Amino acid sequence: MSAPIIEFKNVKKCFGETVIFSDFNFKVEENEIVSIIGPSGSGKSTLLRILMTLEGIDGGYINVAGESLWHMPWQGQYVPANSKHLHKMRNHLGMVFQHFNLFPHMTVKRNITEAPMRVKGVSRAEAEEFADKLLQLVGLADKADSYPNDLSGGQKQRVGIARALAMKPSILLLDEITSALDPELVDEVLDVIRNLVKEESFTMLLVTHEMYFAREISDRVCFFDKGAIVEEGEPEAIFTQPKEERTKAFLNAYIGQ
Amino acid sequence: MNGFHWDWAFTWEVFPMILTAAKVTLLATLLGSIFAIVMGLVFALLRRSNSRTLRISIYWVVEFIRSTPLLVQIFFLYYVMPEFGISMSPLATGVFALGLHYGAYLSEVFRSGIDGIEKGQWEAARALNLTIVDTYKDIVLPQAIRPMIPATGNYIIAMFKETPQLSAITLLEMLQMAKIIGSENFRYLEPFTLVGILYLVFSLLAAYGIHQVERRFPKEGFSLK
Amino acid sequence: MEFGEIVSVLLQGAVVTIQIVAMALPLAVLMAFSFGLIRLYAPAPFKQIAIVYIEFFRGTSALIQLYWIYFVLPFFGITIDAMTAAVVALGLNIGSYGTEVVRGAIQSVPKGQYEASIALNFTSSQRLWRIIMPQALVNMIPPFGNLAIELVKATSLVSLITIGDLTFKAKMLADTTLQVGEIFGVVLLFYFVMAQFLVFFIRRLETHLSKGLGRGGLHS
Ligand SMILES: Nc1ncnc2c1ncn2[C@@H]1O[C@H](COP(=O)(O)OP(=O)(O)OP(=O)(O)O)[C@@H](O)[C@H]1O
Ligand SMILES: [Mg+2]
Repeated sequence: MSAPIIEFKNVKKCFGETVIFSDFNFKVEENEIVSIIGPSGSGKSTLLRILMTLEGIDGGYINVAGESLWHMPWQGQYVPANSKHLHKMRNHLGMVFQHFNLFPHMTVKRNITEAPMRVKGVSRAEAEEFADKLLQLVGLADKADSYPNDLSGGQKQRVGIARALAMKPSILLLDEITSALDPELVDEVLDVIRNLVKEESFTMLLVTHEMYFAREISDRVCFFDKGAIVEEGEPEAIFTQPKEERTKAFLNAYIGQ
Repeated sequence: MNGFHWDWAFTWEVFPMILTAAKVTLLATLLGSIFAIVMGLVFALLRRSNSRTLRISIYWVVEFIRSTPLLVQIFFLYYVMPEFGISMSPLATGVFALGLHYGAYLSEVFRSGIDGIEKGQWEAARALNLTIVDTYKDIVLPQAIRPMIPATGNYIIAMFKETPQLSAITLLEMLQMAKIIGSENFRYLEPFTLVGILYLVFSLLAAYGIHQVERRFPKEGFSLK
Repeated sequence: MEFGEIVSVLLQGAVVTIQIVAMALPLAVLMAFSFGLIRLYAPAPFKQIAIVYIEFFRGTSALIQLYWIYFVLPFFGITIDAMTAAVVALGLNIGSYGTEVVRGAIQSVPKGQYEASIALNFTSSQRLWRIIMPQALVNMIPPFGNLAIELVKATSLVSLITIGDLTFKAKMLADTTLQVGEIFGVVLLFYFVMAQFLVFFIRRLETHLSKGLGRGGLHS
């Protein structure tokens, strides 16, 4: 069996006095799709943000693709990573944000080609060709020259997905990518993800409040509460026969809606 | 021969003179502020008047005052007022100019402060049948004052820092004193540096003071008188 | 004196005023960007230097800075002509206020923009110059416009170190003729027109830039 592509070992994370993770352990296998569900404030976003290097950690280790994410070897010891190491590690990861965070001063196409060209040194022709393909995939081929502010929320998020894919990350992080959208726009975005995983294999870590989506797409569902995994398992097991009281209460609250 | 060195004896000799002149600077700032606040209120209220012509004229008056140099306005008052038979002391001219100039700036602060009061408050005042004067005095101003403190304070500090321009009409404030001392002794280093430091100290103190006033000010406003 | 003659003397002064603005403005913008960025991103000792510069020039007054540079620097063996003193003093003074404009505009770019640019693995300088700065520039235009007007107004101070600008000519004419009302009226009008011209120019620039930068709105 190969080593997990993501591994958290005794990770500690605090915001000032508030402890989010005290001793967190977690693994994701290559090409596994893991959904994270749980109440607000339980640390779901923080988990993804730590992986994307948007937040540091206060203890423990994280491995990504066999290398330490937040530490690097130096004179036989592990020391906090410098920006060069982080730059290297980020190549494995891509993220789609709840609030899209598209660059408003660039066209849709520029949003998608800028990073491959500037960061990876891909030629313009090649970057644009790939961008066209991605736009096709997310169904926005006709919007290449629009600016983000002229798009609907669902369209913006589909560009967000295309932009992340353009860097060809091996791990994709999705943080509540539909919760800023009007209900009728949710499915057009989720369909893109559905198609994506049908065509290619991805390691994907997604935080979501769309339970039906988590159930249909995931290999594994983790229920989070207060910075710890309370229960995890195959989606069918979690959604039909939760063992823990807290999981039951959380899922009941959803069904009740 | 030229002094790269700082002459402490000379410093101590001129320091009291500059402090005396500082009183004039502070007096001009104080009187200028009072006048500016009054003018600011007048402009702000006129810009809310029912007459469109009046509102537009006041807008351009304020715009004109704000976009022309204080120094030229000082000269204007100093040279032109006597033409109309009004002769004022340099201090009075200076206070007049500072008040007018900063009154124009403050009117914008007051206007947006008053505009910040919810519509419901005006309607409630009307429902209670309050007169317009009582509405302003009892309802609007008490609520509007706190948010206006920082901007008003900053403009008063800005005014303070422009008082050296009154030396141009021979008012014996700090800079004028430093200039006189400098030209009599052929040594500008100490007097000008002292004046600079005093301005820095006073404006830092004032910024701290304004912060304190704002902090102490009751959040829910207070009733006038 | 003929009214036409007065106006022509004043016009000579106006040319000098515009020359000073044209030289001091680039200096102010340069100071604003360099020290604004140092203040935000540079390591400690440089940051301290920037803070000293900013606090010093904002905390004392422009006229004192002008006098200090013109009258005191010669004591240190640095003799500069009045024009240079004027440009340096006004450029540094307005520049110190500009640092706060640059800082504020950069900080007002939504945090999500930084995060997206980290997630896409841009280097820190690419983040600043390709993602953050183009958006911050749009926010800077109106406050920089106001500072440009403040600069035009502040140029009148140079008349006090014997530079023949608009204000200097006005005072000279006022001392020699009796038509003080006309003279200062025309001078005030000159300054007003210059300011209005700047306002117009800034509005154009703002609409132009925000169009090019994604239709003005910055939230996507
Ligand atoms: N930058 C920060 N500074 C201080 N506290 C923070 C910060 N970011 C997150 N937190 C706190 O950490 C806790 C976990 O936050 P996180 O965003 O990970 O929750 P979440 O599970 O994603 O919740 P939600 O479902 O609402 O998105 C919350 O209590 C939050 O207030
Ligand atoms: Mg979250």
